[in-house]
Amino acid sequence: MNILYFASIREHIGVSSETIPHQAGIDNVNELLIYLSSKGNNYKIAFSQVDLVRVAINNEYVGLEHKVYPTDEIAFFPPMTGG
Amino acid sequence: MRVSVQSDDFDITNEINNLRINRTDLGAIATFTGLVRDIHDNKNIKKMTLEHFPIMALKELNKIGVMAKDRWPIEELTIIHRYGELFPGDQIVLVITTSLHREAAFKAAEFIMDMLKTDAPFWKKEELEDGSRWVMSNKDDNDKKDRWK
Repeated sequence: MNILYFASIREHIGVSSETIPHQAGIDNVNELLIYLSSKGNNYKIAFSQVDLVRVAINNEYVGLEHKVYPTDEIAFFPPMTGG
Repeated sequence: MRVSVQSDDFDITNEINNLRINRTDLGAIATFTGLVRDIHDNKNIKKMTLEHFPIMALKELNKIGVMAKDRWPIEELTIIHRYGELFPGDQIVLVITTSLHREAAFKAAEFIMDMLKTDAPFWKKEELEDGSRWVMSNKDDNDKKDRWK
């Protein structure tokens, strides 16, 4: 899975993208978030307020229950503040 | 429909004129320009950096433009959103709508701005005199979007 991070989430984690090998037990966004949060304190802080985490898979906004597949590009970012 | 996500500034007059070429039927042009303010939440803003998700930004702005055209009889439509480093007084975003009568132009421009605030993947970071901070989304913006449902 190719993972992208933007804005404050990118800053907390320290990279703008990374590739995560597909793991057993990661079937949806929520499970991916739990896995990522276990990778280190920087991830834990980035995802500490799950209600402020927005997700897009293959350039479509999705919810936390959305299924994830090994070929997906999954983006995590905070609520938008443009305009 | 013209949608652009760019670091360069835009010229409002040029953008308006581009929508008027060979058109003498238009009765209304509404424009909205969003600017960088020098004060936000009682803090002086030295600089603002706009981060964006390029592919999705373009896609979402196009989607919002199509939604506006579906709802109101808009003739032409321009949405420009900038990214990168901006300073107080700089232009951030431009929406222009043209129509035969004013109501559609006003309403569509307001709709586009309300949708864009919550749905277009841009994030503002402010540089203050004593550090920097990400701008937090506010509930008011979500309420404004919801009134179009």
